[in-house]
Amino acid sequence: MPNTTQQLQYDAIVVGAGHNGLICAHQLAKKGKKVLVLEAEPEAGGLAKGYEFSPSFFTSAVHTLPQLSKKLISSLQLEQHGFSTKQQVIPTLALNDNGQHISISKNTVDGVSEKDQKSFQEFTELMNQFSKTMGPFWHKNPPRIEDRDVSDLFTFAQFGWNVRRLGKEKMAEFTRVMALPSQDLMDEFFHNPLLKAALSWDFLVGNKLAPRSPNNAVLNQLLRNAGDLSGKQVYNTGAMPVAQVGQFINALVKSCESLGVSIQYNARVESVLVSEHKVTGVRLADGREMLASKVISNLDPKTSFQKLLGQQHLDIQFSHRINRIRDRGMVATVNLALNGLPKFNGVTDLNQRLLIAPTMSDMETAFDSAKYGELPEHPVMEVMIPSLRDETLCPAGHYVLSAQVMYVPYELKGSWETAKPKLLASIMAMLERYAPGISEQVIASELLTPKDIETKFNVRGGHWHHGEFCIDQWWVNRPTYGTNRYSTPMPGFFLCGAGAHPGGGIMGAAGLNAAREVLKND
Amino acid sequence: MTNQTPIKLAKDINSVTEGLLKSPFYVRQVEMNWAQAWFNWNGYAQASYFKDPYVEYFLTRNTCGVYDVTGMCKYRIRGKDAEAMLNRMVTRDVSKQGINKVAYNVWCTDKGRIVDDGTIFRFSQDDFRIYCAEPNMDWFTLASAGFENVSIVEESHDIAGLALQGPTSCALLRAIGLGAVENLKHMELGHFPFPADNPQGEIMISRTGFTGDLGYELWIENDLALTLWDALFAKANLYGLRPFGDESLDMARIEAGFILPEVDFHGAQHAVMLNHDHSPFEMGLDWMVNFKKPHFSGRAALLKEKEEGPARKLLKLDVAGEKPANNAILYADKKGKTPIGYVTSALNSPATKANIAYGLVEGKYLNGSIYAEIYYQKDLRWYQKFAICEIKTKPFWAPKRAKQTPPGNH
Repeated sequence: MPNTTQQLQYDAIVVGAGHNGLICAHQLAKKGKKVLVLEAEPEAGGLAKGYEFSPSFFTSAVHTLPQLSKKLISSLQLEQHGFSTKQQVIPTLALNDNGQHISISKNTVDGVSEKDQKSFQEFTELMNQFSKTMGPFWHKNPPRIEDRDVSDLFTFAQFGWNVRRLGKEKMAEFTRVMALPSQDLMDEFFHNPLLKAALSWDFLVGNKLAPRSPNNAVLNQLLRNAGDLSGKQVYNTGAMPVAQVGQFINALVKSCESLGVSIQYNARVESVLVSEHKVTGVRLADGREMLASKVISNLDPKTSFQKLLGQQHLDIQFSHRINRIRDRGMVATVNLALNGLPKFNGVTDLNQRLLIAPTMSDMETAFDSAKYGELPEHPVMEVMIPSLRDETLCPAGHYVLSAQVMYVPYELKGSWETAKPKLLASIMAMLERYAPGISEQVIASELLTPKDIETKFNVRGGHWHHGEFCIDQWWVNRPTYGTNRYSTPMPGFFLCGAGAHPGGGIMGAAGLNAAREVLKND
Repeated sequence: MTNQTPIKLAKDINSVTEGLLKSPFYVRQVEMNWAQAWFNWNGYAQASYFKDPYVEYFLTRNTCGVYDVTGMCKYRIRGKDAEAMLNRMVTRDVSKQGINKVAYNVWCTDKGRIVDDGTIFRFSQDDFRIYCAEPNMDWFTLASAGFENVSIVEESHDIAGLALQGPTSCALLRAIGLGAVENLKHMELGHFPFPADNPQGEIMISRTGFTGDLGYELWIENDLALTLWDALFAKANLYGLRPFGDESLDMARIEAGFILPEVDFHGAQHAVMLNHDHSPFEMGLDWMVNFKKPHFSGRAALLKEKEEGPARKLLKLDVAGEKPANNAILYADKKGKTPIGYVTSALNSPATKANIAYGLVEGKYLNGSIYAEIYYQKDLRWYQKFAICEIKTKPFWAPKRAKQTPPGNH
C-alpha cells in the first residue's frame, strides 16, 4: 500500500489541455487548488491548437470565435497575458460562380432583392430575441431531472419565464421553430437560393445535419450566438469575430501558469484510478500514476466514461445512455499552402468568410452521399485565409487557406487511402470554379477527414462538439441525465469538455461551469 | 353397440399444445397428462398439473417428483471478463463464488430495482451459465458493454432439464447409477457420465430446486433426455416418482420461502407505473446486497435505500384461521380502516399445517399489527373476515434433509 499522503500531489487533475480543460484548471487554481493538467500532445489547445501543417506553414482547426464572451476573457485575465479583445469582425460572402456574390454583415445583406433584405431584418430580430431568451442558460449549470432540489426548479422556472417573456406569439414561434429543419425556416423567410444556403451554413455546421434534417438547426445557431465579441448575444452569421486562436490558447496557458497550474505535455492518461468507489488519481500510458481526489476530463464523454473510467464502475442504464451518444463528425478540414494570393472571381477583399454552397439542395445532396458512407461529388465549404490577418502563419508572399468542408463521412465505404486524393480533387475542383488557377498556387496541402481529426486531436468521431449538439443531447440531457452537471455517478470524476453543457465551439462555459461544480463538491 | 363414443386416452388429447414448443420430455408427459392443462412457459407447453395438483404436491414432500424445467432461459457467459461483467451486473460477489457452485442472484436497474432473478452456475474460472425464468439477453448485452473479453450465448433450447424433487430423489439417483451425487452439497453441481452403465454422454446435476426439500436438477443434452426420463421412470414405483406441474410447484415454493417474478415482485422492465417495481431490500433479500464488492448496477441507489429503509417489504405471514388469504388487502387494524399492503402469494400449507402468505407491507407499518381481509365462500355465499397475521422470519418449510450431505436413504 503506497503512502497516500506522500503521493497525493494534487487537489485536482485535469485530463486534456483543451481550452475548457485549461479554463477549468485556471478557475480551480484561482481558488487556491493545486492543479495538474495532463495533455497527451506536445502542445496545448486541443482542437484550437495552432500547428505546422507543412514546413513553415501554420494553421488551426478553429478560425472564428463567435461564442467567446468578454466576461470570460476578463475573468481569465487573458488580456494581461497577450490576448487582444479588439477582435476583427468580418463579414460573410456567399459566393456565386457568376460573380454576383451576396455579402452578409451584422444587420444588412447586399446582393439580394429588397424583399429578402427586409426579411433579413425580421429574421435577425427574431434570432436576436431567441438568443436573448437562451442567453443566461449557456453559462449556468443545467437543472437535474432526478434528485433535483430547489435550485433546479428555480432554473426550470427561469427558463419558462424567459420563454414566456417573449410574448404569446413569439413564445409559440420559439417552440415551433426550435426543432424546425433549416430549409423550412429559410423557405419561410427568403427567396434567394444562395442566401438561403449561406444562412443555413451556421445552422448546420459541425453536426450531422443537413438543411432538411429536423431536430436542432436553430438550437445550433443559438449556441453560436452565445458570445458577445460582435455585440451582445446577437445573431452571428454575418459578423464573425475572428482571432488568432493561437494567441488565445497561449494567453490561456500563461494565465494558468501564473496561478501555479502545472501542465505536463506528452502525458497521455490511460485510465482513471478508482478505489473504494472513489476516484484516487490517474494512470498514464507510460505507467506513471498521479494521485488526486478529483479528476476532471476535458475529453469527450464516451472516451471519458468508456476508456478513462471504465464501464465496470458505472450502472448499466447510465453507461448505455453514454454508449448511445451520437458523435460522428461530418466536417473535414483542408489547409492549403499557397505561393500567391488566390483570385476569387468578383471578390476584392479576401479577408472575409467565404461560403461555397450554391443552394440548400447542393448541401443536402452532399449530405446524402456522406450519410451512406460515400464522398460528396460537390462538397460545400467555408473558406478563410487566416494568414491575411496573421502573417506569422507563413513565409512572406505566401498564404494559408483553410476550409471547413461538408459533408464527409466518418466511416467510409472503401479505403481512405484512395478516397482522400479523390476528395481533395473534388474540393480543389469546387475551389477552381470560384478561384480559377488556385490549383497552381498550391505548394502543400493537408486534408483532415473526421477520422483524421479524431486521431490528431483526440476527439472521438472527429466531432466538433464531442457529440452531436441537438435537442436530445442538450441542456439537461448533455451528455445525458445523471451527469448533466459536470459531476458524474463516480465520486471525484467530472466532465469539463464540449460534450458537457453547453456544447462545443471556443466558448469556455463548460470549463467554467465545471470548475464551479468541482468546488461545490469539495 | 357400434355408435358408442370412444373414451379418449390422455395421449390422444393434445390439441391444446398446438403451436407451442415441446420439450424433449413432452412425449412422455403427454401420455401421463390426464388433465391436458398446459400453459405457455417461454414458448414451451408446460403442464399446470397432470391429474391433481394437491396429490402431486405431496410428491415433493413424501416421495419424489419431476418437474420439466426445460423452459428455463439459459445463457452461457464465457471469457476472461465474464466474472467482472457478472459482478458488475448482480448484487452478490461473483468473485467469491467457487467453481462448481450455484448461487442465487438478482440483477438491478440503476435505481436498484430488480430486473430479474436467477441462478448463476460456475463451471470454471471463465465459464458460467445463468438460469432465469424469463428472457434476459437484452439486459445481459447491456451489462456486458465495456467488457471486451466476454461472450453471451443463449442455450435455452440446447439443454433439457428435469427438476427431481423430494426426499427419495437421492435414493432414486443412486438406483440408476448416479450415486456420486450424494457428495454434492446444497448449491453444488457435478458432471457425470450418462447412462452410468453405458455412457453416451454427460449429465450435469446440481443440488438445487424450487421446492425447499431435498432435490436435484438434472441437465442433459436433448438427445439423451428420454433416456434419462425412462431410466428414472423404470424405478418410479419403488421411489414414488410421478411428474408434477406448476400448481404443485407453486405450493411447494411458497412453503420454501421462494419468491416468484411477476407474482411477488414486478420486474423493473415490466412495471408500467413509476415505483411499482421492487428493490432487493423490499423482497427481503438484504443478505444478497454486498456493498463491499466492486461496483454493481444500482449500488448507489441501494446504499441510499439501505440508509433510509425500504418503502415496503415482503413479509412472511402466518395468517390466523384456515381460509387462504389469496389476493387479500392488508390493514393495520381489524376494522379495515388503514390499508397497509396486500398479499402476493398465499397457501393453506399442507406440510406445515399453517395458513401462510407473503404480504407486501408499507415500510412504516412493518412493526405494527397486520390484518388480512379475507373473502371466502360457503355454499356459494361469500363472507368476509379480518384475520390477524404473525410475521415469520424463517422459511415455512426447511427440513434438515434438504441440506444434509450425504442425504439419508429415504
